[in-house]
Amino acid sequence: MQSRLPILVFATVMAAIPFIPGMPPFWIVLLDNIGLSALVAMGLVLLTGVGGLTSFGQAAFVGFGAYTTALLTTAYGLSPWLTLPLSLLVSGLLAVLLGLVTVRLSGHYLPLGTLAWGLGLFYLFSKLEFLGRNDGISAIPPLSIGTFKMLSPGSIYFAIWVAVILSALLTMNLLDSRTGRAIRALRRGHVAAEAFGVHTPRAKMLVFIHAAVLAGLSGWLYAHLQRAVNPTPFGAQAGIEYLFIAVVGGAGYVWGGVLGAAIVVILKEVLQSYLPLILPGSGQVETIVFGIMLVALLQLAPGGVWPWLMSFLPERTGGKKPDASLKLEQRLRASGEGGVLLQVEKARKQFGGVVAVNNVSFDVQAREIVALIGPNGAGKSTTFNLITGVLSATSGSISVLGKKVDRAPPQEIVKLGISRTFQHVKLVPDMTVLENVAIGAHLRGHSGPLSSMLRLDRADEAKLLAEAARQIERVGLADQMHQLAGSLSLGQQRIVEIARALCVDPMLLLLDEPAAGLRHMEKQQLAKLLRDLRDGGMSVLLVEHDMGFVMNLADRIVVLDFGTKIAEGTPATIKTNPEVIKAYLGVAA
Amino acid sequence: MNTTIMLFLLQDGITNGAIYALLGLALVLVFAVTRVILIPQGEFVTYGALTYASLASGQMPGTAKLALAMGIVACAFDLFVARKALHGRLILRSVLANVVLPAIVLALTISFAAQKPPVAVCIALSLVIVAMIGLYLYRIAFQPLAHTSVLVLLIASVGTHLALQGLGLLFFGAEGQRGPAVLSGSFTAGALRFTGQSLTVYGITIAFIVGLWLFFGLTLYGKALRATAVNRLGARLAGIRTTLSGQIAFLLASVIGALSGIMIVPITTLYYDSGFLIGLKGFVAAIIGGLVSYPLTAVAALFVGIVEAFSSFYASNYKEVIVFMLLIPVLLLRSLAAPAVEEEKD
Repeated sequence: MQSRLPILVFATVMAAIPFIPGMPPFWIVLLDNIGLSALVAMGLVLLTGVGGLTSFGQAAFVGFGAYTTALLTTAYGLSPWLTLPLSLLVSGLLAVLLGLVTVRLSGHYLPLGTLAWGLGLFYLFSKLEFLGRNDGISAIPPLSIGTFKMLSPGSIYFAIWVAVILSALLTMNLLDSRTGRAIRALRRGHVAAEAFGVHTPRAKMLVFIHAAVLAGLSGWLYAHLQRAVNPTPFGAQAGIEYLFIAVVGGAGYVWGGVLGAAIVVILKEVLQSYLPLILPGSGQVETIVFGIMLVALLQLAPGGVWPWLMSFLPERTGGKKPDASLKLEQRLRASGEGGVLLQVEKARKQFGGVVAVNNVSFDVQAREIVALIGPNGAGKSTTFNLITGVLSATSGSISVLGKKVDRAPPQEIVKLGISRTFQHVKLVPDMTVLENVAIGAHLRGHSGPLSSMLRLDRADEAKLLAEAARQIERVGLADQMHQLAGSLSLGQQRIVEIARALCVDPMLLLLDEPAAGLRHMEKQQLAKLLRDLRDGGMSVLLVEHDMGFVMNLADRIVVLDFGTKIAEGTPATIKTNPEVIKAYLGVAA
Repeated sequence: MNTTIMLFLLQDGITNGAIYALLGLALVLVFAVTRVILIPQGEFVTYGALTYASLASGQMPGTAKLALAMGIVACAFDLFVARKALHGRLILRSVLANVVLPAIVLALTISFAAQKPPVAVCIALSLVIVAMIGLYLYRIAFQPLAHTSVLVLLIASVGTHLALQGLGLLFFGAEGQRGPAVLSGSFTAGALRFTGQSLTVYGITIAFIVGLWLFFGLTLYGKALRATAVNRLGARLAGIRTTLSGQIAFLLASVIGALSGIMIVPITTLYYDSGFLIGLKGFVAAIIGGLVSYPLTAVAALFVGIVEAFSSFYASNYKEVIVFMLLIPVLLLRSLAAPAVEEEKD
């Protein structure tokens, strides 16, 4: 929840600037350019800084927006206001097309892929006959309201900054929502988000389109500001420049995009107008100095200027505690959540020649705590990944409530009421505990991106947060609710993962080493919590190394060694099983 | 299309492809070791080419002065970082490597430039000058950022590209230049004419590929570089100086870039900003090679060169469009083939 006051102040100041007497018109032009760059950079903040998808190709989307309106207003005489939705639509649709190809790319391929089509499209703009080749299109009509034509930079100024501030608000609303949390989880890898039902390719596509539409909007405004377009401003250089505007400002922050645009545009302008006075007679000195200053800036503040500035402000502590009276509807229960919940039959997983899980069979009944133990490398976590759909088994079958789920993706498994934690904690460190836990309730909310942007999701959102808060209190971390997840100790982070898994309203909870890093008292509390959950009707399957913890807690134990099940039974029988002792301690003397 | 044209295009493509292969190798090397996507690789190419061409025509190249200036800054960085624990040996070493060496090279360049030195001297001087620039560039721009994300390194890389390109205009002017052939003469085999220059290109490319392969496979430094590429922290714990690895990578990249430039400049006129596009095509090859595989990069580079040659014949307007769009299907295949389970880390 962010306060709206600073934004109101900012909007008022921006609205007042053109009315300051003696304001040089040149400054207004600069502010126009800052606004145009800020729009694109804002999209990149969402795409790159928040979503972790680096794109060099944004300039191409600016080009699509600009050329769409240029072509339609000049060749077909359409009104600029009519071409606005069309420009956005063209950018959005092309984003879908390019996105289908690009967002599937992983790691470093993605930025390089965007660089490639960014370059390709630039050359296409400059070669196509109907876009006027290198000369582009000129004599684009200005924006007009009634008879008032926005011919001067001062009049289109308002259109630009209204667009910037509205876009910033919509973008921030989007980030502070169910969909926003899914987007913010993208950067930390897809496994955790998918385990709670987030469709990550769709979320990536969404930010990609959002960024493209903002770029298209910037292009549309640009075309009507300049009243002429040519390919130059939409090339690879421009694409790179937008990216470093976002990085300089602070790639994770919406206002960082605006600040970055201001810094870069003003810096370039200052260099262009004053440098020749200091170092006369040389052509590209400003490029040289600009490049050097960029590197220097990154060395001084690698995280960007906005977070650096914000660190001087007093830290905001606490947040609003969600209204606990709001109830979230339960997950749809399937019939038969009383018998055998999970049946693993001859599950096998091979990685090349390594058999990680070798024909393992076991089951989990309702209201039961089953422990999966075994030495390191026994295949416990792989078994978890097979059950939750992160990996698919080489052979054998896994059934939930009698239904085979061998090929089901993680998003389907969680819908059946199976939720999990991870051996290596997978929280988003720069989100609060509350927000992290709320990701667990992702499937129990309904609001989409559009209603989030327009703040129509508040009722749904309040229920989600209330549920998250309830689960946080249940695991005993109420005091840490508004802290950043990354600031907690590792043991506490594991407990946060449990709260997140509980938000699914699961019938079966899969815990991967939940007690690692906990102190003795905390372990006892955890054991009590798990017993309470079982008594409340939930089943638990856990991997754990702490034998004391397991023996006191589990109803049944399954022992794996080198991928093979070597024993199964009650804690008492497992303790005396010679095979188990051999596996843990070597051959008995 | 007749066979002669096809053979001719193929030959042209292979010559260009060999250059892209070299550049692609350098990019892979630098990325693997330092995580820097080396956009200024193109500037190493133009600097090498134009320094060589200037020297050959009896002009004084500005790059020699740049090397000295960057060396002084690098030395200042060294001394500043070590300010709490300065001792004589360290100061001496830094001053020798960063100030005295480029000063000597500058003096040599000045004395040679006036008398139109022979081709071999021009090549040697150009290589040394650009190699020093590459080395100091790493010290000044990238070493302080070594711990940051790939994205920040990339933006810094763009910054250095802009600065170096601007300096290129300052040193060499907007006019294009050509240099004398490294190896003159030619012979014909059937319908094809092989120039000494194109044979040099093939020879040097092959030599470099084999050389790099031997370096990484057999030498301790090569293995240290590979270790750094796999895991920086692990390499440091094993006693490898990751800074040194970065310096070696940049040194190799700049030498390769300059060499490529020297080989192209007798064939095509190069301008101060030609390097960017040439470098990008090496890049395309490097990406097809997945930024990790040297042999794959070399093959991909030949492929890029051939596609470029053919598309410039059939659809010259769309030459660049075709070359860059070529990447998309390749990337798609690569990322579909990549395992989905391993998560990307920050």
